[in-house]
Amino acid sequence: MNWRTVRTLAAKDLKEVRQNRSAWIPAIVVPLLFVVVLPLAIIVAPSAAGLPGEVLLPRQGPAGMPNPLPPALMAEVAGLDDMQAWVVLMAGYLLAPFFLVVPLMFASIVGADSFVGEKERKTLEALLYTPASDRELLVGKVLASVTPAVALAWLCFLAYGLVVNVASGPIMGRVWFPPPAWWPLMLWVAPAVATLGMAATVLISARVSTFMEAYQLSGSLVVLVVGLVLGQVAGLLLLNVETTLALGLALWLVDAALLWFGVRTFTRSELIARI
Amino acid sequence: MAYAVEVEQLSRRFGSVAAVDGLTFRIEPGEVFGVLGPNGAGKTTTVRLLNGVLAPSGGRAWVLGLDPAAHGCELRRRTGVLTETPSLYERLTARDNLHFFGALYGVAEADLPRRVDDLLALLGLSERANHKVGSFSKGMKQRLALARALLHQPDLLFLDEPTAGLDPEAARQVTAWIEQASRERGRTVFLCTHNLAEAQRLCHRVAVLDRGRLLAVGTAAELARTLWHGLWVDVDLRTRPPGALADSLRALPGVTELTLDEDRLAVQVEGEAVIPSVVATVVGQGGQVLRVNPRVYSLEEIYFRLQRERKEGAA
Ligand SMILES: Nc1ncnc2c1ncn2[C@@H]1O[C@H](COP(=O)(O)OP(=O)(O)OP(=O)(O)O)[C@@H](O)[C@H]1O
Ligand SMILES: [Mg+2]
Repeated sequence: MNWRTVRTLAAKDLKEVRQNRSAWIPAIVVPLLFVVVLPLAIIVAPSAAGLPGEVLLPRQGPAGMPNPLPPALMAEVAGLDDMQAWVVLMAGYLLAPFFLVVPLMFASIVGADSFVGEKERKTLEALLYTPASDRELLVGKVLASVTPAVALAWLCFLAYGLVVNVASGPIMGRVWFPPPAWWPLMLWVAPAVATLGMAATVLISARVSTFMEAYQLSGSLVVLVVGLVLGQVAGLLLLNVETTLALGLALWLVDAALLWFGVRTFTRSELIARI
Repeated sequence: MAYAVEVEQLSRRFGSVAAVDGLTFRIEPGEVFGVLGPNGAGKTTTVRLLNGVLAPSGGRAWVLGLDPAAHGCELRRRTGVLTETPSLYERLTARDNLHFFGALYGVAEADLPRRVDDLLALLGLSERANHKVGSFSKGMKQRLALARALLHQPDLLFLDEPTAGLDPEAARQVTAWIEQASRERGRTVFLCTHNLAEAQRLCHRVAVLDRGRLLAVGTAAELARTLWHGLWVDVDLRTRPPGALADSLRALPGVTELTLDEDRLAVQVEGEAVIPSVVATVVGQGGQVLRVNPRVYSLEEIYFRLQRERKEGAA
């Protein structure tokens, strides 16, 4: 493996994707939404509007019905007052899976631009005539999409942590974010999700011929994230440290399988025959 | 290793289409080898096979002594390819494109900036070096693609229709650079083209392909001799010669055919050595010779004759 080649490939892909507005505008807007708009909407807006905590988070169901939120989730906020419980549950637990959208989206956008875009813009042929090996080409493109996706996710995590702690300071009276599960979520699950977005794009790129098609197909992976959010609300799972580690492991296994197939389709002879 | 390229029964099929069908030929180091053929003849497919970018479905090739199917990466360090479409990154500048490819081709980091500047200057692109390639004209893109192919000073240069779609002036410029590049460092050139005049000007030998098959290979003179079986010599006379001349010429050893109308005599001979005795006979019989011209066939005549023969053969 020639690292100069890999580095050159990855740097070129990133330089190119920077010129593709339809690629990076969503990649900027979505993180901004999560980092700034959501925490403010959850933490600041209710108190500003003077909403009492028990309206936001009914610990008792109406008229003697049981509590609508799963007991495991409620156990996490035992001993907090209503407003504090609302903040911790929303900002600390229920929104957590949304953070996976950032690496997922970014990796699939860059992946689509780099794998399918080269085909669409007819630049793949010259690339295949270079001495770069099939493996170097693949690794360069993988790094170009996964590394910045993970870096962006971490940056968002940092910014979100700041915003949440500052905004909820008056309510919580202490620095409480992040709950422990966020560490494996960011360090273990986020890279797995970025790899998933990229690996799916590699496979998709063999079958589609435009950036937009690839982008839309891999974008449909976002349903996984929505699944996690709904799963927590419905009490099917709780993102504590153990489940987060297990989720990451499952994702890495899926990644390994997808990449195994991806490596087989990513050969020069196959690629050039499909130009 | 005597040959720059040696190909034996090389084949590639796509489903039921034989894109390249049992090619066998050899190219000497330093030779400019032309490949002529209509659309779909298999020229681009051959370039891909010889660079180890496409796997063959049969036969073997040795390029610069290496098997492209097994040692493609090693081989591609020493080959440069001007692809059929320029295949440049339009969102990047001309300079960024060359830096990118230079790094991939393993040009030393210390040499790369100078090498890039020199080539941009040579091909008249210095002023536009920092402009995005998307804003370039077709001719400029072609020049930049040629710069990319030469960046790592390849021993073997593949050119896939280098002047297709260029205006006559741009085409002539590109042809001149190709001529120059072919003279540097004993470089071998593999030139695919539809342009017969270009092939005539640049190539030592040509191969004519059709539907993946090799119809003929050789110098223009060699191909003409096999196609027209011998050498035709035109003899222009001042006046109509005596009627017996035709018979005397037919009797000469080495004369295979002749036509005579008015003051124009055409004689087919087995070789140049027969020409003096033809002239002596004509003069001996009272013919007044103005000019004697051995016929030279253009590549164009050869090409169309080959294509016609193939069609007649197929019918
Ligand atoms: N990837 C592919 N899949 C299917 N068929 C192909 C593929 N590549 C080439 N062919 C077929 O192989 C034949 C030779 O194609 P090739 O591109 O080598 O011809 P060419 O001589 O370069 O033609 P042109 O002058 O048009 O560039 C054609 O019939 C073409 O349709
Ligand atoms: Mg072609």
